[in-house]
Amino acid sequence: MRAAGAGAGGAGARTPAAGGSKRIEVPIKKASGGVEEKLHTWPFLVRSEFLMSILVIIVLTVWSLLLNAPLEQPSNPTRTPNPSKAPWYFLGLQEMLVFFDPWYAGVVLPCFIIVGLMLIPYLDINPKGNGYYTFRERSFEILTFFIGFHILWVSFIIIGTFFRGPGWNWFWPGQVWDPHLVEALTNVDLPYMFGLRDYLASAIFGLAVIGGYFVVGYAGLYYWIRSRPAGDPWSAFPGGGPEILKKWGPVRFGITGFLVLAMAGVFIKMALRHALNIKYILVTPWINI
Amino acid sequence: MAKFDWKETKRQITDSQVWQSIFRHGYEDTPRNRILMVSGNVWLHLHPSKVQKHAVRMRFTWCMGGITFLLFLVTVVTGVYLMFYYRPTAEYAYADMKYLEFDMPFGMLMRNMHRWAAHGMVIAVWLHMFRVFMTGSYKPPREFNWVVGVILLVLTLLLSFTGYLLPWDQLSIWAVTVGSNMARATPLLGHGGPFHEVLGVNPVYDARAFIFGGGEIGPHTLLRFYILHCIFFPLIASLFMAVHFWRIRRDGMSGPL
Repeated sequence: MRAAGAGAGGAGARTPAAGGSKRIEVPIKKASGGVEEKLHTWPFLVRSEFLMSILVIIVLTVWSLLLNAPLEQPSNPTRTPNPSKAPWYFLGLQEMLVFFDPWYAGVVLPCFIIVGLMLIPYLDINPKGNGYYTFRERSFEILTFFIGFHILWVSFIIIGTFFRGPGWNWFWPGQVWDPHLVEALTNVDLPYMFGLRDYLASAIFGLAVIGGYFVVGYAGLYYWIRSRPAGDPWSAFPGGGPEILKKWGPVRFGITGFLVLAMAGVFIKMALRHALNIKYILVTPWINI
Repeated sequence: MAKFDWKETKRQITDSQVWQSIFRHGYEDTPRNRILMVSGNVWLHLHPSKVQKHAVRMRFTWCMGGITFLLFLVTVVTGVYLMFYYRPTAEYAYADMKYLEFDMPFGMLMRNMHRWAAHGMVIAVWLHMFRVFMTGSYKPPREFNWVVGVILLVLTLLLSFTGYLLPWDQLSIWAVTVGSNMARATPLLGHGGPFHEVLGVNPVYDARAFIFGGGEIGPHTLLRFYILHCIFFPLIASLFMAVHFWRIRRDGMSGPL
């Protein structure tokens, strides 16, 4: 009798049925508590660290002997080079200036990136895939990260470094940089394209488009998640979509949706620019997006 | 001819007065000693004294966190060397780069290693983040260490960015100009940004001027970036690194449960 009661209490402590606890029921185990065999840090880990350090130092030294760090002419504030490029690791953001105004591309987007990265552990409640490689068990997370990191961040750095020349025009590697190349900019604003000519109507139209995008996007995300089938053996949520949404909660869903839609918005703006020469979607006297 | 006896030779050496005066006693390879090697050593005790078997494999860790830290140490060592010869004033900064190249023993090598290690650190820290994401190692109980890691990622970029200005050549001032011009566009706080009228910021009194130490990039910016680069950001990064490593030691490496 006593044993059974203790057992029920013990098991109930971490189940959702117990209630009370606000914390989502990801299995919180001490990471060191596994049954896996443990090795002594000395010599096994220290040895590979030591060998790797030697290798890295050798590669770095040889590299530094062969290739000198760049040094150009003395600084001259009156001579602006064309193109002026930011350090290579920021070129993805500089590339965003093609599509967005500086306040968005250079300030708001980086803030979204940093805050979004910090929030990842709190938004991702999938308990599977903790400490091992898996794609099946967390395909949504991995694909989102892949789009954000590999496509938006890394590939745009490559574009900014190797494919942009004078006037930030596109030049293929090996193509001669022609500083006088003029690319006609025939961009128009989206409201203008729809025949709107005054600020107020344009602003209302732009806000409606962006608001509509978020409404449709949130609804699409919601129904897409809800339609996840139940009984997927790879998923941590056998109940499928409804169970995911219930455990995820509105706050996590709202923040994740916003970040995902903001990220997708970059692609949409790029597509609109390249396909339809759209300059801005939202036009106001203060801000343009 | 008698066979050469390695063991006997080794014993003679290690039993000699000279050897024993230096090393006192040998190292016995026992579990206790293995743990003491880690826990009793100020540097090695950054590690847990035991790690899961899978976490030692390079295939799992890619070694990228360790390489990031190693490259940071390289930039510290080479950076101290460079500091002996570099004067962060507009009159001398560029000339000192030339002195480093042509006059200083190993000056160019030190500068090259400093720069390539810094670039390598940026790449390594990104790959480290990618690996940690792929193994889901940010999941409970390690959520906050991921946040610390993101802060360290930003600090790595800021360290590299502030150092970018110091050669004081065309490449550096214009790259930093492009990068810092973003601050000019900050909503409310930058004089080129939306709603800048609200706070009344202007070109010599806004977010960019705060970074530059004035309305334009100039000698004041050089000094400011030098101090941020050599003192402020390294200190802050070291503090966060201490937290980052300590939490790994407390939580252990992530692994399949």
